[in-house]
Amino acid sequence: MSDKLPQPAGLPIFLLDGHEIPFQPGQTVMQAALEAGFYIPHLCFHEEFKPHGSCKVCTVKVNGRTVASCTTAAAADLDVESETSELRDLRKTLVQFLFTEGNHFCPSCEQSGNCKLQAVAYELDVLSAHFNPIFPDRPLDASHPDVLLDFNRCILCELCIRASSEVDGKDVFALAGRGITKHLIVNAESGRLADTKLAVNDKAMSVCPVGVIQRKRRGFAVPIGQRTYDQKPISEVTISRLQGHPIGHAEDQEGDGR
Amino acid sequence: MPEVFSAILVQHEHNPTRLVQILRDVMAAVGELTPKNITAIALGLGLPRARVEGVACFYSFFETEPRGRYRVLFSDSATDRMAGSVQLRQRLLDAFDLKLGEVSRDNLVSIGTTSCTGLCDQGPALLVNGRAIARLTPARIGALSSLIRGGSPVEDWPENLFAIDVHIRRADLLLATPYLPGDLLQAALARGPQGCIDAVRQANLRGRGGAGFTTGQKWQACRDAPGEAHYVVCNADEGEPGTFKDRVLLSDYADQVFEGMTVAGYAIGARQGYLYLRGEYAFLQDHLQAMLQRRRRDHLLGSGILGVDGWDFDIQIHWGAGAYICGEESALIESMEGKRGIPRNRPPYPVTCGYLNQPTVVNNVETLVAAGFIVGQGPEWFGSRGTPRSAGTRLHSVAGDVERPGVYEYPWGVTVRQVLEDAGARLERTQAVQVGGPSGTLLGPSEFGRRIAFEDVPSAGAFMVFDDSRDMVEVIDNFAHFFAHESCGFCTPCRVGTTLIAQMTHHLVQGKGTRRDLKDLSKVALVMKAASHCGLGNTAGNPILQGLQKFRPAFDGKLASTEVLPSFDLDEALAAAREATGREDEDAHFFGEYCAEAANPASALAAHTSRAAPTALSARKSEVP
Ligand SMILES: Cc1cc2nc3c(=O)[nH]c(=O)nc-3n(C[C@H](O)[C@H](O)[C@H](O)COP(=O)(O)O)c2cc1C
Ligand code: SF4
Ligand code: SF4
Ligand code: FES
Repeated sequence: MSDKLPQPAGLPIFLLDGHEIPFQPGQTVMQAALEAGFYIPHLCFHEEFKPHGSCKVCTVKVNGRTVASCTTAAAADLDVESETSELRDLRKTLVQFLFTEGNHFCPSCEQSGNCKLQAVAYELDVLSAHFNPIFPDRPLDASHPDVLLDFNRCILCELCIRASSEVDGKDVFALAGRGITKHLIVNAESGRLADTKLAVNDKAMSVCPVGVIQRKRRGFAVPIGQRTYDQKPISEVTISRLQGHPIGHAEDQEGDGR
Repeated sequence: MPEVFSAILVQHEHNPTRLVQILRDVMAAVGELTPKNITAIALGLGLPRARVEGVACFYSFFETEPRGRYRVLFSDSATDRMAGSVQLRQRLLDAFDLKLGEVSRDNLVSIGTTSCTGLCDQGPALLVNGRAIARLTPARIGALSSLIRGGSPVEDWPENLFAIDVHIRRADLLLATPYLPGDLLQAALARGPQGCIDAVRQANLRGRGGAGFTTGQKWQACRDAPGEAHYVVCNADEGEPGTFKDRVLLSDYADQVFEGMTVAGYAIGARQGYLYLRGEYAFLQDHLQAMLQRRRRDHLLGSGILGVDGWDFDIQIHWGAGAYICGEESALIESMEGKRGIPRNRPPYPVTCGYLNQPTVVNNVETLVAAGFIVGQGPEWFGSRGTPRSAGTRLHSVAGDVERPGVYEYPWGVTVRQVLEDAGARLERTQAVQVGGPSGTLLGPSEFGRRIAFEDVPSAGAFMVFDDSRDMVEVIDNFAHFFAHESCGFCTPCRVGTTLIAQMTHHLVQGKGTRRDLKDLSKVALVMKAASHCGLGNTAGNPILQGLQKFRPAFDGKLASTEVLPSFDLDEALAAAREATGREDEDAHFFGEYCAEAANPASALAAHTSRAAPTALSARKSEVP
């Protein structure tokens, strides 16, 4: 990553809801928008990782076509719509899908207030899951001395998989199954986290947008009501957190296509 | 590591990109991928164990749970059901006193379902340990259960049980043009690689796999793309329910398929081709291998093709393992690389970055046969059939309520009515035709004058006919379950949307649907169409949207009540509690009065607030420990 900030002058631009967004060649619409201080809701995107494009919460319209903004390459002639009622409704339904598919009991969840799923839901005025809950059967894994896995909350964003493989070099996590039975597994014949190489300082410990990967004996250190997204909406938190950070510059955006 | 594993790994050169083939071979050798087997394979290939497990759990033909020694899977296409598959399945279940999906106590047999096996012209069909049996009748089911009880290996069962018929009902350019092996290669040599591409481009050939992309343009882009190697892949995944024309091409026109691939390889500069063949068509294996061997012997394949120094091209078969999504070209390539079949982000497209990140042409079986003939016979010959925007002919797999199911080759532009008449459908009783499979177009009688062509009703090759005795909501429910079962699960809209739709159509079929279900059905279908990652999710809502538009009365007829929204079934919700407490007595149920009253908004409310529900609930509360 370059440590030089982009110089808007001289850079090509595209339009996001009528605003001019400068971008670096190789950046996606999401990366350029965030860097320019414009929030597009997202869950599987993380500024430190190559965009993945699975949650689709970042869907925008580019020249009239709906696409995922995190994987769509920025280009000079793009006319991107994001904050329209049509797209808000679409995102809202997708977030409801995620609540419907897992078991999310926010009031008793350690992540409540720090959870991106919950925060994006508030951002989009999602007040209920609307659809009939699927109630999947996803047993906990408490085998590890320091870490608890509560799969009920997993939204399958693959960030822990990417972090463990690309940063930690451990491949602790992977996906199994397909369709609605797709689920997270760990790298052990026993199927138990204790039998993997996961350690508390791994990158994989810190990327989960929801509350699956929990440190043991650390519960409720900050009271509910005083946590990150209890104070400010996720749009503001994200933009101020990323302010001044180049995102996705000169990184290799190629590879195997994902 | 067990010896058989080592042998399999050696045969595949310990190459991790061969993982799907390795798992298939291990399945064939030991019948199951146990946790220990998975660890051994991962070790042997130097892959993270979890990644191997992830691949093993992705493909439906890989069993990670113990199954019976005989694994019976009934094909569950709409036309199999129409031909009585559900009743036949029940017969076999009863014979072994089993429930669907169960394994018998003696581990002898398990019975389940699988997506369409591509035998719709001779259904109902099933697979037993991967081998297809068609034309099921009560007598055949009887024979099957005796054979299973007898315990002899499936390989030793009478051959006639496994006979697969070929019904070619109408032949045109592709199926009727005389051809001798090597003809098309000679023609290709005369034209030169660029000349071949030009001919295919001039003929305006469009892909037959569904998307209709111009083949000449695809070949050109691939030829022009830089790379260490170029590849040709023939897409014979043929997973779209109701489609079986590629099976017929492979069984009766394999030479033309392989020759088309060889011509494509010559045009784009490839030395290696792959036939990605769906696992359901395992019965073609010996035939195809023999054919490849014969072509090598005759210098039509291998090194020095036609005796020309340096013209090297060979073909390998890559087996699928029960995953419709692997027909999508980028998922297919992932599968060929030994991974879960997840569609890639595009661009880049396979023509520049495909198999092993090299330029790759993926074409449908029929496209390659047509391209080969165009090179042999010329673009004008091809243009003698079809319409301005749809040149040539198209093979249709006709099945369902017709006298003569089978493969029909028509010029593009044929009317739906013409096909119905030729196939012996009773027109006055035909209520619907599904063109191009569940992801295609549902047509009602007022549309039978429409033409099958890219400019009117495009088709990926299936043509399912439904007469007025069929329940269209049941048909659409069958399609919905197909998509839910086959969604790869990568993206939220399709992963969750297909399941929600299947739940709601199931409700409707049971007569428990609500108005809210109907509203939600279109909402979910539209979200899937707009936001899904690939064609599966983009089209999976089509049957719902078109069904609601064209067969609305059939849906309305399924509503439990047009007045209220009884979407929550109290009795069903108590099932888990009944199971936990081992109770099945009347007091453990919630039927009759309350449910009947719920159909009336005023009394339902009353039930909630005053009489029936509170008393009933408290009574049960005190009894259930
Ligand atoms: C879910 C899905 C399944 C598909 N299945 C097949 C298939 O079984 N056979 C096929 O030829 N194309 C299939 N396709 C289309 C392929 O992605 C690709 O477009 C085609 O193989 C290209 O060949 P063509 O240009 O000759 O049509 C499928 C597409 C999707 C989205
Ligand atoms: S555990 Fe968390 S980071 Fe990992 S896939 Fe699930 S939601 Fe994403
Ligand atoms: S649309 Fe469906 S099949 Fe396609 S990537 Fe998404 S989940 Fe997978
Ligand atoms: S943030 Fe773009 S698809 Fe998830």
